[in-house]
Amino acid sequence: MTQKPIPIPDEISGPFFDGTRDGRLMLQHCFACDGWSFPVRERCPHCFAAPLQWRAASGKGTLYTFAIMHQVMNPGFAGATPYNVCQIDLAEGVRMISNVVGVPNADLRIGMDLEVMFDDVGDNVRVPKFRAVAGEKP
Amino acid sequence: MIKGSIVGLGVTPMGKIYGRRSVDFAAEAIALALEDAGLQKSDVDGLLINANIPQDMDPRTQMMLGFENLTLINVMNGYGSTAGAMMQYACMAIREGLANTVVLVYADAPLTPSRGAGASYSGPHRFPLGGMAGLKAHYGDFGANLGYAMAAQRHMHLYGTTEDHLGAIAVGQRKWAQMSPWAQMKAPMTMEDHHNSRWIAEPLRLFDCCLVSNGAVAVVVTSAERAQDLKQTPVNVLGYATCSPGDHLRTDRHPAVETGAKRSGEMAFQMAGITRDDIGTCQLYDCYTYTVLVTLEDYGFCEKGEGGPFVADGKLGPGGSLPTNTGGGQLSGYYMWAFTPLSEAVVQARGQGGARQVPKNDYVLVSGNGGILNFHSTMILSRHAS
Repeated sequence: MTQKPIPIPDEISGPFFDGTRDGRLMLQHCFACDGWSFPVRERCPHCFAAPLQWRAASGKGTLYTFAIMHQVMNPGFAGATPYNVCQIDLAEGVRMISNVVGVPNADLRIGMDLEVMFDDVGDNVRVPKFRAVAGEKP
Repeated sequence: MIKGSIVGLGVTPMGKIYGRRSVDFAAEAIALALEDAGLQKSDVDGLLINANIPQDMDPRTQMMLGFENLTLINVMNGYGSTAGAMMQYACMAIREGLANTVVLVYADAPLTPSRGAGASYSGPHRFPLGGMAGLKAHYGDFGANLGYAMAAQRHMHLYGTTEDHLGAIAVGQRKWAQMSPWAQMKAPMTMEDHHNSRWIAEPLRLFDCCLVSNGAVAVVVTSAERAQDLKQTPVNVLGYATCSPGDHLRTDRHPAVETGAKRSGEMAFQMAGITRDDIGTCQLYDCYTYTVLVTLEDYGFCEKGEGGPFVADGKLGPGGSLPTNTGGGQLSGYYMWAFTPLSEAVVQARGQGGARQVPKNDYVLVSGNGGILNFHSTMILSRHAS
């Protein structure tokens, strides 16, 4: 079976994927205004300062919204539908796209507390995904 | 004040018409628009092209179609909002004396016999794997369907919007499509049919999603003075504005439920000197049913969050109090980005809608929307001078 696409780290995203490999969610942070950004920005989107520094984020967030995908638009997802794609509001103020794992699609609830985990997807790449915080009743 | 006048409209056959390139459809639409206006190709001195996804409509279109000595030419791209920005550029250039007769065109030909509409529209070139973009591919975040599904889900959570609300929009537009000679989808649709259509990206079903079309639409724009001498009743542009709310990947921003329609609508209404109550028909960008609902809210036809109950009584459909997307829109008519609402607005403002003509057509509101609700345009059109 074809596997899901695996991201290929490049120069710009290197610190992000180095971080996930070490179990840390690295995001760009602006020392000038303390703002965070995602996915990768050239300058701080809040105060327009440059350059931005990579810094470990808490990995804590809440589910902003989600959808359940039923279409297969890539052969790697042939056996994966229906699957969730989520927007997660992180404590740092950025909204990440990701998947929530370990929660049945029918139990996803906007506002639920989530925390990051790192999924080893092969090719020495780990990808951040999110799971319900222990004790959270979906 | 009249910003400019639309004097010609050309709409090609739409849908599963195979074996023709975008530029071929463009040529046909432009020829139809010039004939409609009573103008010759040699009268044209401006050509504005709406970029499309395959990027096969470029400035060389001028040479491919044989236009000479153009003093205005460009390819413009604000995705589905572009038509509004093209109209601004055309009208401003005409008033500055930079051009006199400007053709605006959108053309696309993504459909092939061997592929479904979704696959045709988002081929493998849209799944880059390098860097952060590769994350999206791994998560399965492909195409616009998911982005709009997530936006609709957020609206449902905040305001209790339901599948019946979205369905009311789809059902109403299908009724309109049955009266339009240009529409692709003519089969009757009930609310039950809507609810039984397959999931695409929950909470959006197949009948919440736009079509994919091969075809082209062109309009001809000139000055109000010159428009008086041409074949058709001029459709005057009285107001236009764009607003792009920007990044949705910040927790302090909510373009999924608060769109650029608000600011761009306010600006366009102020420019035209009219109010919402003057609008007889809306032609709203409808890549999805949800887009219509949230656009109506942001234009102020109802309070924020009340779009669902507002549309539930069928007021957007034939016989309703706010006839909207009267050619079937992009859900049931044809998918030509904002040239779909623009083309139907011209028909309605002229009074040429035949069976689907609305009685109150003095002022027509047109919207465009691109990205995942990232870009927005508004136009107000009328056969009146003010």
